[in-house]
Amino acid sequence: GAPLLLNCGRRPPTADSATAADKTNPRGKHCLWLCFRVLSSCLEIFVLCPPLTSDSISTVLAAATITMTLTSTVCFPRQEIMKWNGWGYSDSKFLFNKKGQAEFTGKRYRLSGMVLPSLQDWFENTFGASVNHKSPPALNASAVPPASLNEAFVEDLKATGIPFSHEAEDRVFRAHGHCLHEIFALREGKKFERVPDMVVWPNCHNDVVKIVELACKHNVCLIPYGGGTSVTSALECPPEETRCIVSLDTSQMNRILWIDEKNLVAHVEAGIIGQDLERLLNESGYCTGHEPDSMEFSSLGGWVATRASGMKKNVYGNIEDLVIHIKVVTPRGVIEKSCQGPRMSTGPDIHHFILGSEGTLGVVTEVTMKIRPIPEYQKYGSVVFPNFEAGVACLREVAKQRCAPASIRLMDNEQFQFGHALKPQVSSIFTNFVEGLKKFYITKFKGFDPHQLVVATLLFEGDRERVLQHEKQVYDIAATFGGLAAGEDNGQRGYILTFVIAYLRDLGMDYYVVAESFETSVPWDRVLDLCRNVKERINRECKERGVQFQPLTSCRVTQTYDAGACVYFYFAFNYRGLADPVHTYERVEHAAREEILANGGSLSHHHGVGKLRKEWMKESISSLGVGMLQSVKDYVDPDNIFGNRNLL
Amino acid sequence: SVSSSFPFSLLSISSSDETNTIDGFEDILEERRNSSDLKYALRCYAPVLYKGVTPCKANMLKNIVLQSDQLHYVINQVSQESGEAPDIIQEEASVILEEMAHRLQISTVRFFAFALSKAFKTLFQHVCVNEEGIQRLQQAIQEHPVVLLPSHRSYMDFLLMSYILYTYDLALPVIAAGMDFMGMKFVGEMLRMSGAFFIRRSFGGDKLYWAVFSEYVKTMLRNGFAPIEFFLEGTRSRTCKSLTPKLGLLNIVIEPFFKGEVFDVNLVPVSISYERILEESLYARELLGVPKPKESTSGLLKARRILSEDYGSIHVYFGQPVSVRSLAQGKVNRSTYNLFPRHIPRKPMEETQSFVNDTAYRIVRLQEDNMVLKPWVLMASLLLQNLEGLELSVLTEQTVWLRGLALSYAAFLDWPDHAPTAKVVSSSLALHRGLACVSGGRVSLVVGEPLGPVTPEEALFNRAVSVLSCASYRNQVLHVFLRPAMLAVAMLHLSDEVYNCFSFLWDMFSNDFILCPGDIVQDFEEACYLLVKTGAVQMPQQDIVMTDIGQPTLSFFNGLLEPFLQGYQVVCRYLCEEASEGLTEKQYIPAVRSFYSVLCVFTGNLRCYEVLSSDMQKNALAALLRMDAVRKVKVADQVTLIVNKMAVNSIDDILGKNRMISHINQTQISPGLSLVAVAEDLYRDGLTPSYIR
Repeated sequence: GAPLLLNCGRRPPTADSATAADKTNPRGKHCLWLCFRVLSSCLEIFVLCPPLTSDSISTVLAAATITMTLTSTVCFPRQEIMKWNGWGYSDSKFLFNKKGQAEFTGKRYRLSGMVLPSLQDWFENTFGASVNHKSPPALNASAVPPASLNEAFVEDLKATGIPFSHEAEDRVFRAHGHCLHEIFALREGKKFERVPDMVVWPNCHNDVVKIVELACKHNVCLIPYGGGTSVTSALECPPEETRCIVSLDTSQMNRILWIDEKNLVAHVEAGIIGQDLERLLNESGYCTGHEPDSMEFSSLGGWVATRASGMKKNVYGNIEDLVIHIKVVTPRGVIEKSCQGPRMSTGPDIHHFILGSEGTLGVVTEVTMKIRPIPEYQKYGSVVFPNFEAGVACLREVAKQRCAPASIRLMDNEQFQFGHALKPQVSSIFTNFVEGLKKFYITKFKGFDPHQLVVATLLFEGDRERVLQHEKQVYDIAATFGGLAAGEDNGQRGYILTFVIAYLRDLGMDYYVVAESFETSVPWDRVLDLCRNVKERINRECKERGVQFQPLTSCRVTQTYDAGACVYFYFAFNYRGLADPVHTYERVEHAAREEILANGGSLSHHHGVGKLRKEWMKESISSLGVGMLQSVKDYVDPDNIFGNRNLL
Repeated sequence: SVSSSFPFSLLSISSSDETNTIDGFEDILEERRNSSDLKYALRCYAPVLYKGVTPCKANMLKNIVLQSDQLHYVINQVSQESGEAPDIIQEEASVILEEMAHRLQISTVRFFAFALSKAFKTLFQHVCVNEEGIQRLQQAIQEHPVVLLPSHRSYMDFLLMSYILYTYDLALPVIAAGMDFMGMKFVGEMLRMSGAFFIRRSFGGDKLYWAVFSEYVKTMLRNGFAPIEFFLEGTRSRTCKSLTPKLGLLNIVIEPFFKGEVFDVNLVPVSISYERILEESLYARELLGVPKPKESTSGLLKARRILSEDYGSIHVYFGQPVSVRSLAQGKVNRSTYNLFPRHIPRKPMEETQSFVNDTAYRIVRLQEDNMVLKPWVLMASLLLQNLEGLELSVLTEQTVWLRGLALSYAAFLDWPDHAPTAKVVSSSLALHRGLACVSGGRVSLVVGEPLGPVTPEEALFNRAVSVLSCASYRNQVLHVFLRPAMLAVAMLHLSDEVYNCFSFLWDMFSNDFILCPGDIVQDFEEACYLLVKTGAVQMPQQDIVMTDIGQPTLSFFNGLLEPFLQGYQVVCRYLCEEASEGLTEKQYIPAVRSFYSVLCVFTGNLRCYEVLSSDMQKNALAALLRMDAVRKVKVADQVTLIVNKMAVNSIDDILGKNRMISHINQTQISPGLSLVAVAEDLYRDGLTPSYIR
């Protein structure tokens, strides 16, 4: 039970060890390091046998894990392994091959290297798009506003030895999250109005303290950057900001500092990426169980700053349930509690000023969070319901009986069909035959309408016996709502969809289709009304705004709570014929959000507010509430050093 | 000064010069006259429904209602309050529902389709329906729950509506009907089976009744089982003026939208215009205090007599569906409904109430706008301004002139194409020979002459019957002329305080006419625009001046409103001069009537027969109550009226001054007194100053 010090892999040379020449030219240094890294990854792939990973880690990520055993996922110049103008890894993407069949490239995912024969039909039928209509090739983001550096700050920073860069590529990469308008702008080569003037890579808490001190001293604006997966315009630089903007990239603070097995907590640097955290803990036989859909790329600090929610929260809790202690560097100093008591009555919980603060108060540097032993057994499952209403009623009952599995999600019919479109080519005639039989049984024998039926995907975790018992309980409830068990495969495929859907958006954009997702939480009795009204609102807004093709609107219930559920919407449309598709898209999303609020949904369940949804904050938490948050901001950061202008 | 702060720009008025065209109507009787009614009644009927919903059997509907959370909540509440077991209350609810619910049966509808075809063909020349409206309705029914809101002038209305929808293969509506129909034993059940559901006229504090009723309506709406039809005006308008809308049912059908239970609700205003109303003289008598015959089957059979007469044609105009969602945009914040369980009944919030009120007025105005007017309504307007009669040639000439005016004010006028004016006038006179006759080249109203000696009161009554019957046609055109007419009255009286005077009249008459709350400035602008457009007035700078050619128009308008001004004034006079201390609300109407009779018999020169109409008396009283000139006090079980004589007198003064050309002498009015001074006096006396800028 001794605390361990883990290092998550090869790290870039620190400024201390670099030569004087390197210091003035960090790029050169990175290039050298990169060559080394690429070489070594090749070696890893070809020489090392892929180690067998334990069952517990999401098997979906199994392939990705192979390359990750020794290296940290996110390196210094992220753009070397990740797309600069799209989602995820550069090597993983959907494309239509010469035969017109869709395939997913790379080796990282279950779907990687597979041909998806039904995707093209689905794609063309759903959107009225055609694989022959490819949108014009993306231009290069050549025009980046010149860096306006605060020389005094740069001088002082150099003295600390903390690495930094003002290369255009580094700056642009950190100027955005993954909102549609951001990615669209990158693809179109549109110029960002404002990007960070430089990027710094602190290595530890103390580095952050130094940087924040210098920023205060020289009145420089700091924007913390974790995984960069924000979808709320939270990473966008305020165009009106005239000070030098420094992007504080936490990616190098990625160590697990210690694990305390007596109390089952781990102390972790906040820059660590979800999959690394999970993988490293797994090595010691533990996990956090926190698996947001973005866990491949999002960071612990980001989770804290946005009140993230994980797929398996029913077992492990959301981020606010998981954190025991948080260390935050603010312009006023460091905030932390004096002990690790599991619950305290010491006035309002100061953690809740930090959770969801979205980088407006400071930088989260270290977090102590709960860990659990890796579960012995994991099992996927799925249930088909005749319609969405029956599915929601079942989920409600499961929540009422408090027997929700680690994850339970209900996809609507559109998503069910979408999931089918992603079925890989099956080589065996037998599998084909079985699939056909299943389909016959459900649609013909049981009389389910294929245009109505929905599917719930399930994930059970725990010891084997209990999982099986639990599974029976859930299937029994489902049966009372007309649900039919539909096998493990369907369940697992549902979760695969989660990880690849962001890649699919990039494919869509190649063919004039724009897409985005948004979420809310809503009381149980309003779930159905909200889903129906929001979809209808989107359809109507699209029509009124001249979208020529029927949009795809789809939703799923992704989390159950005692008093309500989290609902996640996908929305996509073919934008051929529109002058400004992004603007149209934004107006429609805006209307959809208003509809959500009018139907009793929240402003956000886990994406956060950022700048995208700021305008509704007063309505959501009352102007007095906004005032309370503002006064905290004014006290902690009177000079608005953390000036990303999120939230308020 | 008021005129210098004249706050409006006329440019803001849309200058659409389009006049409504009467084209696009289809006569549905034409096909009936050429093919078998039986075949028609038995033909295949397969309407499109809301988003392909499967029709719901009446029994299933009842079960959904009885099992609803909404009803359960109220049952438990009532049970706790009364100490009765919930089962018993539940049973009560079930009985209420049984009494209320429709039992729509296609066989009954077919029977009506057959019988009405026969009846319509004898009664009417044409039954015309706007086809475009039918297409829009068909579309609307599929998209969102639909609420049909027809105007209500006759018992025929709802049978006619169902008949039309059946004819066009549209979903049959369920119709809210008053309990009084249930008095007609057999017929009541027939109506029930053709889609009527019955509600008690008053159920004030009965929570359970309200809960069953509102849940019943909402269930049908939410599920889109059938279009819901009811009459916003609450009852048949006996005067042919639109009535101030009632909000109860409208509140119920709009609430599911605010609660997010439906995406939208389409309100479809329907204007049903009768060339001759079946109940014509019945209404006049009723207004004069002859009690309304109770609805009974035998009464209906007796009424068969009407089958032998010609009632001209009917026009039914299905208006553009009005989306509640679009109307509410920016007016009602739906998220205020988020913090309260939706199944618990709640009084609507102020914001919602005023929205529903506003919506109701807008719908009634839409109904008015699409009422098809016949030449006769123009002639009736002219005849009523010349009670002593008119030369036929003069009438013809003036009718032509009035037609031009009406068309330029966008009246929806059904004037026969290519027919010489004289022919139009004479055929109108022929159809309405019960109301007007031509003798010796003069046209005058027909007054029923009973046999034997006639007392002065009887003579007055007969005279009033014919005036009120005729007025019911003039009233049909009032909505076209109302705003400019009020401006004309204001101008002819006091040209430099026109807006004040206009707003006084606007406020005063807001029970008699459909004036949307808060639209006063807009109405004033519209009035100015229309008068300028027809060249009756000019507006140099901030002034409003009558032009050389404006006299006929303005004096026609003045004459149009004259009966109302006089009527209100008689009421004021009565309240000031005659009303006793303990005047009860019940005594009020007969008292005004006899006051007027006496006044009339003695002076002999009063001609405002319309004040005898209980409708006008009620509206005048409501206006005075609103202006705080009269108060209601509840003493024991009686409601007593307390008159503020000073205030009433002042209002009487303004009304009197408004009518410089009136027949009543105006000795009471001090000549130098300006309207503003009077208005300020009123203000001091505690009158609502809303019309004083």
